[in-house]
Amino acid sequence: MATQRISGSEAVILSLLEEGVDTIFGYPGGAIMPIYDALYDYDQQVTHYLTRHEQGAIHAAEGYAKVTGKAGVCFATSGPGATNLVTGLADAMIDSIPVVCITGQVSSPLLGTDAFQESDVVGITMPVTKWNYQVTSADEIPEAIAKAFHIANTGRPGPVLIDIAKDAQFGMFDFEYKKCTKLRSYLPEHPVDPFQVKAAADIINAAKKPLILFGHGVMIAHAEAELKELIGKTGIPAAWTLLGLSALPTDHPLNVGMLGMHGNYGPNIKTNEADVIISVGMRFDDRVTGKVAAYARQAKIVHLEIDPAEINKIIKADAPVLGNAKKSLRMLIDNVNTNSHEEWIKEFRACDKIEYDKVIEKDIYPTQSGLTMGEVVRIASEKTNHDAILVTDVGQQQMIASRYFKFSQPRSNVTSGGLGTMGYALPAAMGAKIGMPDRVVFAMAGDGGFQMTIQELGTIAQYNLDIKIIVLNNNFLGMVRQWQQLFFEKRYSFTEMKNPDFVGIAKAYGLASQKVTSRDQLETAVQEMLDHNGPYVLEVVVEKEDNVFPMVPAGASVSDIILEP
Amino acid sequence: MKQEYIITVFSEDHIGLLSRITIVFTRRKINIDSLTVSESAITGVFKFTIVIRETPDRVEKVVGQLEKIVDVLKVFANTNDEMIFQEIALYKVSTEFLFESDKVEKIVRNSGARILELTREYVVIEKTGHSDETQRLFDELNVFGVTQFIRSGRVAITRSNIERLSVFLKERDAMLEQVD
Repeated sequence: MATQRISGSEAVILSLLEEGVDTIFGYPGGAIMPIYDALYDYDQQVTHYLTRHEQGAIHAAEGYAKVTGKAGVCFATSGPGATNLVTGLADAMIDSIPVVCITGQVSSPLLGTDAFQESDVVGITMPVTKWNYQVTSADEIPEAIAKAFHIANTGRPGPVLIDIAKDAQFGMFDFEYKKCTKLRSYLPEHPVDPFQVKAAADIINAAKKPLILFGHGVMIAHAEAELKELIGKTGIPAAWTLLGLSALPTDHPLNVGMLGMHGNYGPNIKTNEADVIISVGMRFDDRVTGKVAAYARQAKIVHLEIDPAEINKIIKADAPVLGNAKKSLRMLIDNVNTNSHEEWIKEFRACDKIEYDKVIEKDIYPTQSGLTMGEVVRIASEKTNHDAILVTDVGQQQMIASRYFKFSQPRSNVTSGGLGTMGYALPAAMGAKIGMPDRVVFAMAGDGGFQMTIQELGTIAQYNLDIKIIVLNNNFLGMVRQWQQLFFEKRYSFTEMKNPDFVGIAKAYGLASQKVTSRDQLETAVQEMLDHNGPYVLEVVVEKEDNVFPMVPAGASVSDIILEP
Repeated sequence: MKQEYIITVFSEDHIGLLSRITIVFTRRKINIDSLTVSESAITGVFKFTIVIRETPDRVEKVVGQLEKIVDVLKVFANTNDEMIFQEIALYKVSTEFLFESDKVEKIVRNSGARILELTREYVVIEKTGHSDETQRLFDELNVFGVTQFIRSGRVAITRSNIERLSVFLKERDAMLEQVD
């Protein structure tokens, strides 16, 4: 490529174009103005979405990355602009989401002088980025951005941040772009070792009661087809983690549901009865394992994982298989025997029956007078033929939606798993809709989380982002209230909320909206929302003190899962 | 059981990396007993020698987390008996004690220390050794009064005749080729 003499700011935009970026979420400010000025000339090649807060920008970038598999890009200015990204960075870090953040910084001679809107962004973001770097000279820009995309997208993905001093944005230099494909100090993934695969296959082939646990890593590696093939060939039941949702169709005959604290009864109980556990692209989060000392002690553990630091971190693996899940699954499929486990699967179905009778039926087909979150989720899923993208917030509605929403395509569930970031749903749904404009996108939030980033209704209105927003309003911080009820003697310490008129707020933003308070209005209202061409806010007033069950109480074993209080 | 470990981190030469490395320890509330940074035998590759007291299990996890840092090449953890290591200590005592009797001179001689600088007011003594040895000399000199004392971080070297990292770098190159 021929070189051309341009400014650092223009180099930022050209570098992003070289990386195939066509979407940016951001918020301008003093220290990033030169970059925004350069962006002004490239509105044909790249669309910038102005959010209402930097947190909104980074969650949107996460939502975009989650549904497309491409790194989300976000811009913010120095100081408060950059510090407002921190929650999103921490979220993307713990959930392995590729995000590239570019922040403006004060001019390099001012660094360390407490200049206006100066903060030590590289220092602050170090623990919450996979990699970060400060640019103080224009000619460093192409290489820094090339490295940023390589690091964010490969191996176990994660957020990266480049902090660019204002004088570097103004500096002129001869631009030339070279993609980064290799770094000596960074091995994105280990080549899969055939001996490890063989050892894993031997254990699987000898198993009587095997159980597959799969997570986000399956979708990151685009290994959904391989997972399905492994399950089909071996006949092994498979359970998903919260972030593994949608990697397999919900109605796959061997999908036995969700693991963890509010997961399904069968996979939790059976974890402690299986003789072999095959975990694929998941990291044994404490919300999955419950009490580690009482977790799957009887089982041999096969762990397919890309990140060496995750092997033996929580659960010791008898047969670790290090590497990319797509490659290791492919090799594993070739080494395992065709099999079936009908009796074992019947045991799961018996658990399903118990759970349905005790919990699910009254959640999704309630007879009580108040509306339940479960029936709202069921109707939203049914009315979109179980083919929509679900973006959830954090709390009761997240768990209920994860339990009852059904998926037919991968990358259809967007939620904040590891960090549990309230306020995630609304902005993440913007990114999801922009990434997948042809699919129906639901943003589901409680009254608490909705109000944490409610200002993003402004962004949704400005760009007419056709998101179907469902606010499940119980006038409580429901999950905390549930814990207070169960473990703190019903001492409802600061969890009740006096809420505004959500429909009025939506209307003030120019958005269509309606409020539902009774069952006979619900189906029609959901249908009207779906039929409406454009964004829609549906407030559903639900039972004030409903609880999410089943539940593995904190500190208890997965086999001590309870179905009712 | 906790015991002393020498953690050697080989890295690229980048600003801010020290911070990224220490965050791994502080996040787990592990105290760093000593830290030394210098360029290794391979140009451009830096070496952090970190001493901590921890259990083998926690050490293994810390090594895993350190190796995840993008600019870190390789991390080794060794127990003391696996490495040859030294620290250097400097002691300042008042010159008058040197002339009053031969006691200070004998202490210096017997401990294998040496005198670095001698002025009318003070004498600076240097001693290289393990921390118990440099501490013993401190205790002996302090009978007379040590006015200043400093001990360096640990430097450590393996018993192998090549730099471990050279082997690693060759393997890494091969792996990067394979993954493409």
